[in-house]
Amino acid sequence: MTIVLLFFKPNPSAPAPIYLQLMNQVKHAVEVGALKSGDQLPGIRNLAESLVVNPNTVAKAYRELEHEGVIDLRHGAGAFVKSRSAAGGKVLAAMPLVTGLVDRLKSRGLSEDEVRRLFEAALIQQEETARRR
Amino acid sequence: MNQFAIQTHALTKSYGRAEAVRSLNLEVPDGSICGFLGKNGAGKSTTIKMLLGICWPTSGAGTVLGASIRDARASLEARRRIGFVSEDKRLYHYMSVGQMICFTRSFYPRWRDALEQQLLRQFQLPLERKTGQLSKGMRTKLALLLALCRGADLLILDEPTEGLDPVAVEEVLQLLARAAADGATIFFSSHQIAEVEQIADRVAIIDDGRMLLQESLDDLKERYRRIQLLFDREAPWKPLDVRGIAAARAEGPAVSLLASGNIDEIVAAARSLDPVSLEVAQVNLKEIFLECVRRN
Repeated sequence: MTIVLLFFKPNPSAPAPIYLQLMNQVKHAVEVGALKSGDQLPGIRNLAESLVVNPNTVAKAYRELEHEGVIDLRHGAGAFVKSRSAAGGKVLAAMPLVTGLVDRLKSRGLSEDEVRRLFEAALIQQEETARRR
Repeated sequence: MNQFAIQTHALTKSYGRAEAVRSLNLEVPDGSICGFLGKNGAGKSTTIKMLLGICWPTSGAGTVLGASIRDARASLEARRRIGFVSEDKRLYHYMSVGQMICFTRSFYPRWRDALEQQLLRQFQLPLERKTGQLSKGMRTKLALLLALCRGADLLILDEPTEGLDPVAVEEVLQLLARAAADGATIFFSSHQIAEVEQIADRVAIIDDGRMLLQESLDDLKERYRRIQLLFDREAPWKPLDVRGIAAARAEGPAVSLLASGNIDEIVAAARSLDPVSLEVAQVNLKEIFLECVRRN
């Protein structure tokens, strides 16, 4: 079964390249369990036409997803979700932690936007610390 | 097989003393969809006309599907494998839509009948109407139908979506995606940045006849960053002497940098100015385009 509806139209004017947006959509679907091991992704041509994006871009997203171990590309047969990766499980398991923290921050009167910026700032800070080492 | 469907070297076209295209080195890899961006009058149409043999270069060289654009005979052969839509979408105005299709079909053994039928239905083209009486949008759709149905290896399209409504634009882009999936290389000019971002995997930016930039769109987006600095005082702005700063502007307590790479070094140099906040953000094609053209 291949479901094109799993994908929403990428935003071409967003700064993130379209192939990354597509990759994130697949990863998200795998993480939340909407896509399961063995599920088939839409064909490159089919997906490119329905999202009206470049087929090369879809192919690139699939190649990278295979590289990251999320899907299997079987020549001539198509793209299939691999058994749910350990990474996916870890992410789901961490969800309650984050939900709890977000709740606490909100109860202190922080807006969603402020919470989002805090998370991003924390990530950037860690990135830079790591870089300096 | 050639690595590039289109390749030019120092291609130049002058009209009298005015140089419309200046020493252009253009490369369109096989199998890519390349968007050719530029303001009105930047030299897009002149470049396309030279590629198609409609006008002759003043100097420089180029190949299209391996044939030199200066070799009239070879170039004619290559043109049989090229579909094109010209800027004015000029058609034989005295022919009806049906006659125009029959006439064109007769030149091309690889004509795709099924696609023709499908596009006629999708575009709702009136077969009986004279092409001279078609609306601009209809004329564009007919020109595209003629280009796509000949099963071309290369499509060269001069502003294919100009004058079309948003529904028709999406239809045209979808057709381009399909043609690319069939293996065609596509080179199309546009000043609609959004549609180039949507469908192209490569972009070439021309301004005042010069090529400012040509690169994979993904690489471009991964390379460029906007860096914003905020100070708790008037920005102590002095030009940073670091490679990769494409543009810099300061206003009050804020400084905005556009970097075309070398982000780590630029961030380190900016940090030495002791800002209270430093943010690095990704940018889209529109920002890059505007900055390139402004600088030129």
